[in-house]
Amino acid sequence: MIKVTFIEYNGTVREVEVAEGTSMMEAAVGNLVPGIDGDCGGACACATCHLFVEPEWLDRLAPAEDMERSMLELAEGGGPGSRLGCQIKLSAALDGIVARTPLGQH
Amino acid sequence: MSATSTASAVPRAPQGAAYAIPLEDIDVSNPELYRNNTMGAYFERLRREDPVHYCAKSLFGPYWSVTKYKDIMQVETLPEIYSSDSRRGGVTILDTNSAVQLPMFIQMDPPQHDEHRKAVSPIVAPENLLRLESIIRRRTGEALDSLPVSEEFNWVEKVSINLTTQMLATLFDFPWEDRSKLTFWSDATLELPGEGLVDSEEHRMQIMGECAAYMTRLWNERVNAKPGADLISMMAHDDRTRNMSPEEYLGNVLLLIVGGNDTTRSSMTGGLLALHGNPGQYEKLCANPTLIASMIPEIVRWQTPLSHMRRTATQDTVLGGKNIRKGDKVVMWYVSGNRDEEAIENPNAFIIDRARPRQHLSFGFGIHRCVGNRLAEMQLRVLWEEVLQRWPKPGQLKVIGEPVRVLSPFIKGYESMRVRIDA
Repeated sequence: MIKVTFIEYNGTVREVEVAEGTSMMEAAVGNLVPGIDGDCGGACACATCHLFVEPEWLDRLAPAEDMERSMLELAEGGGPGSRLGCQIKLSAALDGIVARTPLGQH
Repeated sequence: MSATSTASAVPRAPQGAAYAIPLEDIDVSNPELYRNNTMGAYFERLRREDPVHYCAKSLFGPYWSVTKYKDIMQVETLPEIYSSDSRRGGVTILDTNSAVQLPMFIQMDPPQHDEHRKAVSPIVAPENLLRLESIIRRRTGEALDSLPVSEEFNWVEKVSINLTTQMLATLFDFPWEDRSKLTFWSDATLELPGEGLVDSEEHRMQIMGECAAYMTRLWNERVNAKPGADLISMMAHDDRTRNMSPEEYLGNVLLLIVGGNDTTRSSMTGGLLALHGNPGQYEKLCANPTLIASMIPEIVRWQTPLSHMRRTATQDTVLGGKNIRKGDKVVMWYVSGNRDEEAIENPNAFIIDRARPRQHLSFGFGIHRCVGNRLAEMQLRVLWEEVLQRWPKPGQLKVIGEPVRVLSPFIKGYESMRVRIDA
């Protein structure tokens, strides 16, 4: 199991454990973490799983592909660490990853 | 949920008019199908027999129909192959409509699309939605309190149009006493000529000219004033949009008016129609009003306020095994994808507590996904919260007779719907 920590916009911390291969979006939606919606079901097509990966974890992720980058352009309040949760597949190397979630998606 | 879910797995014997004509004669763009609400069986047949379907002759010329959820998703996520550019034909099947051919960001490809969209998207940022919610709640309450009880009235006019017009006026900071103009311009943008509002394309552009003149006056007032929190100020003060051409400005204004008006209006009406037709769901809702949260996206799926979006192929390509040629018109029928049994369980049923209610096509997907989708959901949520506060009993709001539906293969909405509220 992979441990994932989500920090809500108001500081609430939630730790969840999910199976390897799960995406960050699925880890959030499957554990009712607020602020992550995942409307398109993981097709990188809605930008409603926008989150902010903490700096120390960023360089362990594969870089965003074109599709993710263009969808991130649409996400409100983008900034350092902005990623789409559906595009981050959790592996053993990411055990313990920490990400912040926004107030809401749109 | 389980009572009828097995039924959809059993193939029914094809029947009715949709199966009585040769496949190649099926033209799902025929506006009459939407006025009569009979398009469903044609789409059901296409999903089964010819999911990517070519229609050689229609009111709107030759076009491809994409009817399955997964194929629609493929088109949505390949904007470089399936263009939205107004110069190629834009995003609706209505080629002949001069207003919808204007440049507007929904009808631009990247990178210009991204720039224009980013100038206006902060209006629906989560923080701003929180600010707007109290205004919306107060106005919704006032509109509901003014409704007659125990007598028939037109829900479309008194509730749906009334509330969406007020919302638009707020977003544009539009002169309040003139706000019905917004609704008029919205309707005049899309209505087929001869249906009552516009006589011809020339007449349509004359009305659009009036809209442009009015909106240009507001722009000129605001461009030199302190930046306000309204859409016109946002465009006038943003480096990405301040130098738009007059056509681009009018195009974007019409996009925001139509996008924020017809669609939410239709879902406000469709939601009540769906509850009325599904008394079991109405009872479930009244017993547990927290289900409003999952009911709202289900209403938006069930209604599908825009029947389609259109793209134009920029190159030869293959979709669902069919050869699409460069320049071909490709129509994604959301109204069909939202009833696709391979993507959505028991899709013809209205179920207010679905497990994944937001997995529907009504807002589109990809870079052109509806920018106002969370605002629309909030307006609908507040409406139903306030309705249940006042009239908490199942069936207390009754639809009388059949609603009158809009004659259009694009706007899927209602001209009128008679309703009576029981005391």
